Amino acid sequence: MTETGAATELLAMRDVRVTYQTSEGPLPAVRGVDLVVRRGEVVGVAGESGCGKSTLVSTVLRLQPKDAEVEGAVEVLGDDVQTMKWGDLRALRWAGASIVFQGALHSLNPVQRVGRQIAEPIGVHEPGLSTDAVDRRVSELLEQVGLSASRARSYPHQLSGGQKQRVMIAMALACRPQLIVADEPTTALDVMVQAQILDLLRALVRDLDVGLMIISHDLSVLADICDRVLVMYAGRVVESGTAAEVFADPKHPYTAALSGAFPRIGDQAARYSPGGLAGDPPDPRSLPDGCSFAPRCPRVVERCTSAEPPLADVGGRPVACIRAGEP
Amino acid sequence: MTAGPTDAGAAPLLEARGVTVEFLTRAGHAARALDGVDLSVQPGEVLALVGESGSGKTTLARTLMGLQRPTRGQVLLEGRPLDYSARGLRSYRRRVQMVLQDAAGALNPRQNVYESVAEGIRLHGRAKSDDQGRSEAELVAAAMSDAGLRPPEKLFLRFPHELSGGQKQRVLIAGALALRPELLLADEPVSSLDASIRGEILALLLKLRQELGMGVVVVTHDLGLAWNIADRIAVMYLGRVVECGTTEEVLIAPRHPYTKALLSVVPEIEGLEPVVLTGEIPDPTRIPAGCRFHPRCPALADGTAERADVAGACRTEPLEVLPGTGEHRTACHLDRVMSSTPR
Amino acid sequence: MTSASETVRLTPAQVARQRRAAALRRTWTSFRRHRSGLFGLALLTFFVAVALLAPVLADAQGLEVTKATGGVLEPPSREYWLGTDENGRSILTLLIWGARISLFVGLLATLISMVIGTFIGLSSGFFEGWPARLLYRVTEWFLVIPFVPLAIVLASILGRSLINIVIVIGVTSWASTALLIRSQTLSIKERPYVERAQVLGAGRWHQMSRHVLPNVMPMVFANTTLTVALAILAETTLSFLGLGDPTRVSWGSMLDDAFTVGAMTTGAWWYIVPPGVCVVLVVLAFTLVGQALEEVFNPRLRERA
Repeated sequence: MTETGAATELLAMRDVRVTYQTSEGPLPAVRGVDLVVRRGEVVGVAGESGCGKSTLVSTVLRLQPKDAEVEGAVEVLGDDVQTMKWGDLRALRWAGASIVFQGALHSLNPVQRVGRQIAEPIGVHEPGLSTDAVDRRVSELLEQVGLSASRARSYPHQLSGGQKQRVMIAMALACRPQLIVADEPTTALDVMVQAQILDLLRALVRDLDVGLMIISHDLSVLADICDRVLVMYAGRVVESGTAAEVFADPKHPYTAALSGAFPRIGDQAARYSPGGLAGDPPDPRSLPDGCSFAPRCPRVVERCTSAEPPLADVGGRPVACIRAGEP
Repeated sequence: MTAGPTDAGAAPLLEARGVTVEFLTRAGHAARALDGVDLSVQPGEVLALVGESGSGKTTLARTLMGLQRPTRGQVLLEGRPLDYSARGLRSYRRRVQMVLQDAAGALNPRQNVYESVAEGIRLHGRAKSDDQGRSEAELVAAAMSDAGLRPPEKLFLRFPHELSGGQKQRVLIAGALALRPELLLADEPVSSLDASIRGEILALLLKLRQELGMGVVVVTHDLGLAWNIADRIAVMYLGRVVECGTTEEVLIAPRHPYTKALLSVVPEIEGLEPVVLTGEIPDPTRIPAGCRFHPRCPALADGTAERADVAGACRTEPLEVLPGTGEHRTACHLDRVMSSTPR
Repeated sequence: MTSASETVRLTPAQVARQRRAAALRRTWTSFRRHRSGLFGLALLTFFVAVALLAPVLADAQGLEVTKATGGVLEPPSREYWLGTDENGRSILTLLIWGARISLFVGLLATLISMVIGTFIGLSSGFFEGWPARLLYRVTEWFLVIPFVPLAIVLASILGRSLINIVIVIGVTSWASTALLIRSQTLSIKERPYVERAQVLGAGRWHQMSRHVLPNVMPMVFANTTLTVALAILAETTLSFLGLGDPTRVSWGSMLDDAFTVGAMTTGAWWYIVPPGVCVVLVVLAFTLVGQALEEVFNPRLRERA
């Protein structure tokens, strides 16, 4: 990594492994992930429930549960989050990076006006600020996320799902972070509202020159907004590349299935034949031998079960499938 | 194409005629969740009810199921109005079944899979009246394997928390299938499921239609899902059907500005300039005058309606309820003018 | 499909039995994790064993004033481990036989209270309309009436007998249970699985008995153990106020007698402390078990544990 490269890297994860110690033995949730988010860049992580993507998100600000053991390096703005001192970590959590969590729609305090909830982190971060200045900042933030400043006086129940998601994004922006992580930001929303939120996120990255990492199980959403996409399965990255490449020309059979799950309207091949996969993702405690995707893979052959395929270069981008190069 | 019978001449299996559902909100305002809906479902047909939240699609499905009594209008099964007595509903529910939204919550946490699937069989005494003389356990096993839970015996004793999301959804489908319904209503059957499981459940619905001749009404906000499995689509907005027709007609050649906007924001469709509507569906206590979509309508905003000389009508003239036939129709002043003039 | 029907060997009855056994095992496993609950259970087992084995542990003749062998208010000695009362009876014998009455009253009164409370709570929560509202009003009414005066009035009207004490306690203590059951019912009847049963063709009765009741039952069960503790306290209170059955010895009547003869002022602590400690221990035992059960059965508390 060159000096100039490191400077623009807001988030750098190198060979991150997370293992939960459970009463039924160790549970490897993340098994070696490399990921970089640069300034002005949107990076997507695609994967299903249980693939380790939410665990991965939690390591960005060392928010993982106590029983989780993290190996590898998680560097935010050049410092390793997992080893830094408490004070530094607090500063980082306030101003360096912020996370919009999944299910955030329910995490607003129902008995507090949203303006106060947005103001709270500002007050803690910049205690010298006058009340007027904080109020001005809250109004600015609300307008930045496409709500009128008068919304500050609303209670959460007076807002729709899309508006609540906007408030959550405003809260994430409150202390001017350089890196924003959004876990399933559009999952519970309608298509039209989803489009509105994606537009908003795109505009924020462009205007504020921040880095955005976005997690979703919907590859088409990621293809829409991301510069680069990583596809995770059973705790590992199985394919990565530019969003257009990954979505339009998936090399890994799992990526192909994800990409086929949401059909292109007008594609006659998808009429009366929904794409998908048989079976469920594997239990991380008892992963199958060899490639962990093999039991569900439509292209499985015998040698797939002998060893877990490493990420190897296929047509210019990394893919973890021994048959990816084959026609 | 394996499309189901959609010829308009056939007698519909299930019909909604002028169905209106009103609620009283806490504040005492009358909210009209459904405002006159005509809809018909042919035997063996897959119909998609599409719309955003607040469009009334779930209320319509609940009304079709008899869970919600219409304030005005009727639900008819083979031309006979639905009988809302306990006995009437019971016999109705033997023929029309529903898979509720939220597969995780729709299974009693204290009942195992066997009991959940057997519930309908017991309620209707299906084991006593089975034409092949099968026992209850055999019927449960058969319904579960039809729903793709194989081998069923292995899952009998599992409790809901021991099942994956896809399995829960299949158990719910199996419970409904055990009654051999002629029509299955499915409310957002895959929205809570992972992407890779989604295709399997949709394929299952298609397979059941093919093998059992069962009609399916699927309620969804996902146009891709409709493209995957539906024969016909009804697009809903604020308690009304605003466009209906075959899937190809509605999704490839949409005529209502709302449908066009919905389609344009589906991320997979390239080449369409996304028309992101501002705001959300207004609340049903305040239905706008004229065309209910006019405050958000992009065709009105960009002057297209003005040029076609219908802008005044859009703002003031209410639209008629779309008839529930198979033809491609829209409830739109602009489209009425556009489609009558040769293009 | 044929292969499926060939391999079916389990009858529904077997399925149900297996399920019950599995559920019981799971409950026990999670109960075992609560150390305080286990302690309570051990304590409880001890008292129940004492009550059941009373005829073996202490001669019933020791209860009769005319056959008393000891002196008046003797302090603990080798012969009388816990001393004697004003009639020369062994306190230990009284304590052992008193356990029977106290537990009997506690359990039976709780049963009455539970049946009334569950029925009224379930009905007022599940149904809508004026009968349900009326039941709710009655519940609230019983909840705000102070227990002691009402119990005194009832006990003096019905007369002083053991069964009347049971009835008085049962009839006055169901309201909080009914309220708890009602709030649980209100939440459970909105669950999607109750609606699913309706979709499958179930009537009100089926929905209530198969879906709402089984999901409320664990709460009833946990609440029962807490109510037993209250009922035993109530029995003690009533007996202490002289409203108990004069022909039976319970811990409450022992305390009453002790105060009547002025055991407090004469320093006969052995007459007051043992029944008092027993009441406290039994109430504690039921409370600990009840709290542990509540945590086992209430998923929201379980997540936190």
